[in-house]
Amino acid sequence: MSFKIGIAQINPKLGDLDANLGLYEEKIRLAREDGQQCLVFPELSLTGYFLRDMVPGVALQLSSAKIKHLKQLSKGLAFVAGLVEESPDYRFYNSAVYFEDGEIRQVHRKVYLPTYGMFDEQRYFARGDRVRAFDTKLGRIAMLVCEDLWHPSTIYLAALDGALTVVCPSSSPLRGITDGQTQDDNAAYWELINRSYAKTFGIYLIYGNRAGFEDGVGFWGGSEVLDPFGNTVAKAKYYEEDMIVGEVSLESVRRKRSMAPLLRDEDLDLTINELMRIRERPRDSRRPAAPAKKRAGAKANKPVRKGKRRK
Amino acid sequence: MLQIPTNAGLLRRILVPFIRNEVNKVGLQRVVLGLSGGVDSSLSAMLAAEALGPSHVMGVLMPYRGSNPESRAHAELVVEKSGIQSVVVDITPQIDAYFDRVADADQKRRGNKMARERMTILYDHSARWNALVLGTSNKTELLLGYGTLYGDMASAINPLGDLYKTQVWALARAVGVPEVIVRKKPSADLWAGQTDEGELGFSYARVDELLYLLVDERYSRDELTAAGFAPAFVDDVTLRIMNSQFKRRLPVIAKVSHRTIDRDFRYARDWGK
Repeated sequence: MSFKIGIAQINPKLGDLDANLGLYEEKIRLAREDGQQCLVFPELSLTGYFLRDMVPGVALQLSSAKIKHLKQLSKGLAFVAGLVEESPDYRFYNSAVYFEDGEIRQVHRKVYLPTYGMFDEQRYFARGDRVRAFDTKLGRIAMLVCEDLWHPSTIYLAALDGALTVVCPSSSPLRGITDGQTQDDNAAYWELINRSYAKTFGIYLIYGNRAGFEDGVGFWGGSEVLDPFGNTVAKAKYYEEDMIVGEVSLESVRRKRSMAPLLRDEDLDLTINELMRIRERPRDSRRPAAPAKKRAGAKANKPVRKGKRRK
Repeated sequence: MLQIPTNAGLLRRILVPFIRNEVNKVGLQRVVLGLSGGVDSSLSAMLAAEALGPSHVMGVLMPYRGSNPESRAHAELVVEKSGIQSVVVDITPQIDAYFDRVADADQKRRGNKMARERMTILYDHSARWNALVLGTSNKTELLLGYGTLYGDMASAINPLGDLYKTQVWALARAVGVPEVIVRKKPSADLWAGQTDEGELGFSYARVDELLYLLVDERYSRDELTAAGFAPAFVDDVTLRIMNSQFKRRLPVIAKVSHRTIDRDFRYARDWGK
């Protein structure tokens, strides 16, 4: 099976659902005209990223009129939306929603919510509690949102759960200047892990980032479609709005896994047993002990301090 | 010698769209900025010209009778090279009128008054011309507190606020700021013979190395002294940063309600934009 997947590297308006819905409609129309089967929008692209106290104001329950409208738009073209989901008991989630044929096929609630440096997500959002692959007309897919992919555990789970394509909507800010690089350090790091994961797990990795600025923070764009061999199938511009399309061919996944069946050989029992062992260990013994050399006046047998590590 | 990254090509690809995006999103097309003849404002001007088109940038030259004539000449060089609009507003009458009535002011007070007078002129011009005030303060001076609160520090958007002076110099060269401006000794030109490095007591090149490790890389005091910085220098700079933090924050508001501005009332400046 093959399909055309597009990425709409847009610049949403912060806190303006209607304007962004308009952007969605425009890009969906273009994708449809281009004969695409699936279109990926960036993380929180329906709302903007640095929402802060605006979160309750832009949140949507899955039963809402705007969601119904999005469902309608997905007839004949599947798409992944990034939005703030409100649960019936009023928790807010940073969610990726897969719309297909007028229905919601799957919702992934972002699990790993960055709350350090410039990020403050855990203040506003509840954590997701699962990673799942799901079946679609375009094969078995998993969605992970931005920071989720910085934890190797999530893509490991997605791959083991049978995902052949992993879609990662993102709102990744540019940061870090190094001489001799075309792109900022953060972009370079993302590209490294995207390629490593595509190759290691033998999957298509669809990385959909946004462009534009919010309060002086720029988003690095650079969306990409990578094949199971780690090749770049499509690449968007850095730091600018763009729209790209790539061909996903599940035959390539078959070929890659025939050559290097790493997932087949993965020993799930070992992983689970070791994780259980590590989890059962006394908490203090999981961290390295303080250095042997004592400072003057330090008491003997002082318990290891569990301080926060500064990044 | 630590090499602070200066990737001019990349910085330009970020800062030019930054100016365009942050100006356009509030419904405007133009910026005004104070053109002092120094490297910072020269660089801001050229980036803005690239972002918005030269006819959408106005450099405001605001000499005082005691200013170095070279400053104005250099500012005019930048106007010519970039093709931006310009206007001259001599601040002598208003400064002298004030200090004739409020006597015994030292250099520092007079300098601050000039900086704030320039700010008011820029804001008036921004209203007159339907533009945003473009900032020119760099990261080094912002961290050290070497700027006038509500004076040169005031602006709507600032493309240079995350660049160390070392990076400003490199980028200025790359975008074509005249060499004479890049090479000259930085000076606020608020009194005769004033130079930044003379006032600070150390060179920008050296303090930038320290700041990069201290601030960006979060080196501890021990790590910094191991890297070759004199402990007294490290302590002096650390103290300056700490004691100037008030310049980088909104005024302290007494909290009495459940929801206080800038504390629990948290919204982006680009709210709805």
